[in-house]
Amino acid sequence: MPSADRPALEAVGLDRAYGSVRAIRGVDLTLGAGEVLMVLGPNGAGKTTLLRVLAGLLRPSAGEVRIAGQTLRASEPESRRPIGFLSHHSLLYDDLTLLENLAFAARLYGLSEPEHKAREALRGFGLGERLNDQPRDLSRGLEQRAAIARALIHDPAVLLLDEPFTGLDTNSAELLRALLRERCLGGRAVVLVTHHPSEAWDLATRVGVLRGGQWVLQETRAASLEQFVTRYQELARG
Amino acid sequence: MVEALRLALAIAAKDLRAEMRSRTSFLSAAMFAALLLVVFNFARDPTAVATIDLAPGILWVTVAFAAVVAMNRGFAVERENHAFDGLLLAPVSREVLFLGKYLANLTFVLLVEAIALPLFVLFFNVDLSHALPGLLTTLLLATAGLVSVGTLFSAIVVRTRFAELMLPVLLLPFMVPPLVFAVQITMRLLTGRALSEVAGGLRLLVLYDVAFITVSLLLFSAVVDE
Repeated sequence: MPSADRPALEAVGLDRAYGSVRAIRGVDLTLGAGEVLMVLGPNGAGKTTLLRVLAGLLRPSAGEVRIAGQTLRASEPESRRPIGFLSHHSLLYDDLTLLENLAFAARLYGLSEPEHKAREALRGFGLGERLNDQPRDLSRGLEQRAAIARALIHDPAVLLLDEPFTGLDTNSAELLRALLRERCLGGRAVVLVTHHPSEAWDLATRVGVLRGGQWVLQETRAASLEQFVTRYQELARG
Repeated sequence: MVEALRLALAIAAKDLRAEMRSRTSFLSAAMFAALLLVVFNFARDPTAVATIDLAPGILWVTVAFAAVVAMNRGFAVERENHAFDGLLLAPVSREVLFLGKYLANLTFVLLVEAIALPLFVLFFNVDLSHALPGLLTTLLLATAGLVSVGTLFSAIVVRTRFAELMLPVLLLPFMVPPLVFAVQITMRLLTGRALSEVAGGLRLLVLYDVAFITVSLLLFSAVVDE
């Protein structure tokens, strides 16, 4: 759990280049416990790259990421423990059942009673009847639910979510919003990437817009979604 | 240390469980080994060349190619749904991650060898009554080294477009030293030489194993972290 005197998540001067293309440039970010930053931007703005750098999956070309004051390094496994990451992909093994997938994830995080934790996590997302199904047998929405359950199984202090509402039906989306709200009240910090501001508007405490790998806006969430959408469209167009 | 071993075993168990469920790679490797032995069996003329002159080479060619087929699966399973990201995100050191994948690959290749060896005895009619302990030791030592290099290289090629093609190209040159030692040891064992006469070759295999397991452990982090 992040302490009150240190930001839950801090990024300083993050740069990441792919060859000659700089996907993110000089990105700074400070997120306190209980805060939700909604990140928006046009395609290719660097949103997914930013999330992968924050998760430690991509090494930044410059800058560093600190989680609860501890610098994130590949050589320090414990620095990754507070991170929960949901990507575009489910991270699930197609040849294992959902229960086996989540129990394996629980073992990787050293949780006690991994099978029980896996069962509970899947039931929490309405997958109690599908414990022995393989990911390939699920619809896109159900697979997304399983992926979310996997990302959250170790109750991470920092949640990095890349388009978490993709494929979810109305009830599942509302379930996820309620769960994220509960986690934020519990002091978790969330970075949520989306293309649709309305999906997470009520959850967000701050809003950031990336364009060309840089922040063009990062501020406390405004009161009116309609006004923000108009402004966002102008910012995204450049 | 106990925790590291527990995590490595969890990773290995996951790989083996996934393979047990599909069995595609295991069956491919075992069938490939059997096919090679059958072809070699019918290709030789026992009146022209003595079986004992060909058998060691044939055994190790079969083991080497079956191992390549088997090791191609090592990281292929991690490509589905980008599951490897899940391993990289976990609070598990890269060394433990390597160890887990290594143990899974080692078990897998040894299982393929457990099928190939009886077929080799059957087709080539070799007498293993005295050579068996030495041959099993040689198989274990040579496989331990081959699999360490194979695990490292399969992690390198997994992100390339032609992973299945790239692995043998990279791996085969590194397989030559242990294969040469193993063929020479097997030849001597099958001709009834004492184990003490192959001790030098076995020591070279141990040296290869220590060197390449250490190098693979040290390089693995640089290979998997983007």
